[in-house]
Amino acid sequence: MKLRVRATKIGKVRFTSHRDAARMWERALRRAGLPVAFTEGFTPRPKISFGLALPTGAESIAEYVDIELQHDVAAADVDLETLPARLSDALPTGFDVLVAGEREPGIDSLQQAVTSCTWQLWSPLLSAEDHFDACRLVESAELVLERERKGKRSADDVRPMILDLRPDPTGDRLIANLVTIGRALRPGELAELAYPNIDARDVRALRTHQWLDHDGMRREVLPLPADVDARTLAVLA
Amino acid sequence: MSTLWARIEPLLARVQKPARYIGCEDGAITPRHDKIDGGDAVAWLLAYPDTYEVGLPNQGLQILYEILNERDDALAERTYAPWSDLDREMRAAKVPLFSVDTHRAAAEFDLLAFNLSSELVFTNVLNMIDLAGAPVRAADRAADDLFVLVGGHAAFNPEPLADFIDAAVLGEGEEVVSEITKLFWDWKVAGRTDRQSFLRQLSKVPGVYVPAMYEVTYDGDRIAAVEPRYPDVPATVDKRTIVDLAEWPYPKSPLVPLTEVVHDRLSVEVFRGCTRGCRFCQAGMITRPVRERPAEQVRTMIREGLRSTGYDEVSLTSLSTADFSDIEPVVRGILEDAKEIPGSCNTMTINLPSLRVDAFTVGLAGEVNNGRRSGLTFAPEGGSWRLRKVINKLITEEDLYGAVESAFSQGWTRMKLYFLTGLPTETDEDTLGIAELAKNCVAIGKRHTNRASVTVSLGGFVPKPHTPFQWFGQNTDEELQRKINLVRQATRRMGGVNVKWHDPAATTAEGITSRGDRRIGRVIERVWREGGLFQEWGEHFNLDLWASAMETEGLSMDWYVFRHREENEILPWSHLTAGLHKDFLWGDWLDALAESGVEDCRWTPCYDCGVCTGYGIEHVVASPIAPAGGSQGTGQDLSRGGEVPVTLMPTRRQPAEVAS
Repeated sequence: MKLRVRATKIGKVRFTSHRDAARMWERALRRAGLPVAFTEGFTPRPKISFGLALPTGAESIAEYVDIELQHDVAAADVDLETLPARLSDALPTGFDVLVAGEREPGIDSLQQAVTSCTWQLWSPLLSAEDHFDACRLVESAELVLERERKGKRSADDVRPMILDLRPDPTGDRLIANLVTIGRALRPGELAELAYPNIDARDVRALRTHQWLDHDGMRREVLPLPADVDARTLAVLA
Repeated sequence: MSTLWARIEPLLARVQKPARYIGCEDGAITPRHDKIDGGDAVAWLLAYPDTYEVGLPNQGLQILYEILNERDDALAERTYAPWSDLDREMRAAKVPLFSVDTHRAAAEFDLLAFNLSSELVFTNVLNMIDLAGAPVRAADRAADDLFVLVGGHAAFNPEPLADFIDAAVLGEGEEVVSEITKLFWDWKVAGRTDRQSFLRQLSKVPGVYVPAMYEVTYDGDRIAAVEPRYPDVPATVDKRTIVDLAEWPYPKSPLVPLTEVVHDRLSVEVFRGCTRGCRFCQAGMITRPVRERPAEQVRTMIREGLRSTGYDEVSLTSLSTADFSDIEPVVRGILEDAKEIPGSCNTMTINLPSLRVDAFTVGLAGEVNNGRRSGLTFAPEGGSWRLRKVINKLITEEDLYGAVESAFSQGWTRMKLYFLTGLPTETDEDTLGIAELAKNCVAIGKRHTNRASVTVSLGGFVPKPHTPFQWFGQNTDEELQRKINLVRQATRRMGGVNVKWHDPAATTAEGITSRGDRRIGRVIERVWREGGLFQEWGEHFNLDLWASAMETEGLSMDWYVFRHREENEILPWSHLTAGLHKDFLWGDWLDALAESGVEDCRWTPCYDCGVCTGYGIEHVVASPIAPAGGSQGTGQDLSRGGEVPVTLMPTRRQPAEVAS
């Protein structure tokens, strides 16, 4: 069977890379004693796959991991209720599994299926007014960003990548919904555009949602049960 | 008095590889810091003067970290050298050196203890002391300042660091850290007033050397004498050695880093010490005698370690792992235990570093590698049998070809051969022998696979203190480069042979500090002030900094690096000892020049190097006979199957015979 779990990456561990996190998961699955399936060949690797990479330094309460279990493991053998705690215990502090589900056969991989993400951006150097001003970016017809990838500089219009910008209820954070299909707009790049007066490296980012498109409706890959949601929000506060 | 994390965090958003600085490893300890504030527990900041990736796997540091944190009167945290980008950010933001465990300022600790595994990190030591906010020179430190200690292999000649450290610990740290802790606790409770009185007490702890308690006088360039300043300070400092490795099953909770490090696997030390007697090898000389860990304990540590860390790879560490008496049953046991780990799916890999050069060893490597054939490394070190007798690495060509044949026939396609250049008595014939060996190894390989290739890796030889080669004048960088070129030229048309080499300039710089005296401290300080950090890293290394610092200080490269020493010369470390008699070392040096090898005393009668007899300790070796399949270092007649009876207790002294 195949599992899909939703986890956090919060606190000091935000400075680990996506690759680091992948290694951590491999070790954690072995520590938890989960019967993970392996690839064939001389160097068997556990069959686990990760969603969209989280930039180093960003935090998240919506990281997804797909885990394939060995053939002889039936759905009834795995207690999805207790699995989050079992995995969280085996993961470093800051990585907490919030919810686990069975991944239905035939559905797309995370990389293919996720169409947009919601982020929170904030900084002690920013005021409610700064966030309010930042929301005006959506009024522009075009937003040209000069950026570099693999040594190549390019100037891209990133306006189509911004679905929505609005302040959060407290006014201390900006909530951004960004497209992930094609060359994505990274939260750090949005910060450069949104807050021209400060160093974008001083802007913190938290991924709160990864969205799937489902017959024109968006839905969270794995929504949080109400009790978990409350607990997570408490952690963040 | 609390964590600096809030000030460090914004800096980490500005540097490469920020995960180096966050701690958070599985196995990391959060010590009881209320005790620091209460002023009673002795707080150690254990430092590795290189990057986190290099330093984290260091077993010595991990062992002391656990031992200290198990004590009620001590606590320990860790720190590593910040890379140049964070160094800049820290200095600009006035953030001092911090621990990675709770991110506290170094100044909140009592002792800053460095693990020194090589000499080229010395400038990083100065930099970290400076970042910690303490005066770089020990003489300028006040009672409230940190005490700077060093230990590890490169601390066996701490003289180049004498001006900057408060004390050096010689040998194994397991017991002595507790003795230092107790002494410090008493001094702290008594009001922590007179720094000198504490240092004087400290100098009486066996294994601890306090440079400030000794006066060095010179006669021109030569050292005239090294004498204690006070009658109660010992004239000679002996190394510390634990008797039984079984009593120290550390680390019990190995640190599992969250980011990539150089050895990202479980490490279990199977024995300490080595008596193969390779004359160039400082590690083999200063860690005697051989003390094996009981096989059952090795198996338990691995089983528990894999379970708690989640690793699927284990390294059995020692200076020559195939010499471990119970290597075969232990390996079988590990593979059996691994099957019981759910989800392991038989992916367990056992790593056997520092392998002997023989077919038995290759067979063993084949069993444990799970079909993976990534590459195999052998270290014949010398290009001819004559030269290998000089350095006492008694590998015959048959041993090497047997090992290589065995490896290629079992599916390996790539072989790496390590050689040293610039060894005593080395001729161009010896050097060219390297190319010849490589050619023959490839020819053997081609019988099995067309892809067969051999990489020759050339390291420049740096004579080390406390070895029989400590009197030898190092080759100049020009000479080393010439020898490298000889090998390159000779192998140019050999298909399947690649040559790699260590930068001869870095070998020269290492030579300055390796056998330097206190005067070299000024050179180290100058190189550091000129920005010479991370000198082990090619991109940062700069010989010009060293050469110009030597010149400015009026010190001669010839005198310190390239000159042969004389028998009755007082060497900078003459007052420090790893237990090896000077007569033994000098005799072994003469034996080397006479191309005469010496047997491994683990399985043959004692030749009295001085360590066991001097310290009242002995080998702890489970098997009374030498391992089958290789003659390396044992001097055995292979046709007799390695039946050499072991003598566990030294029976006779025979220095005269050895020196003859």
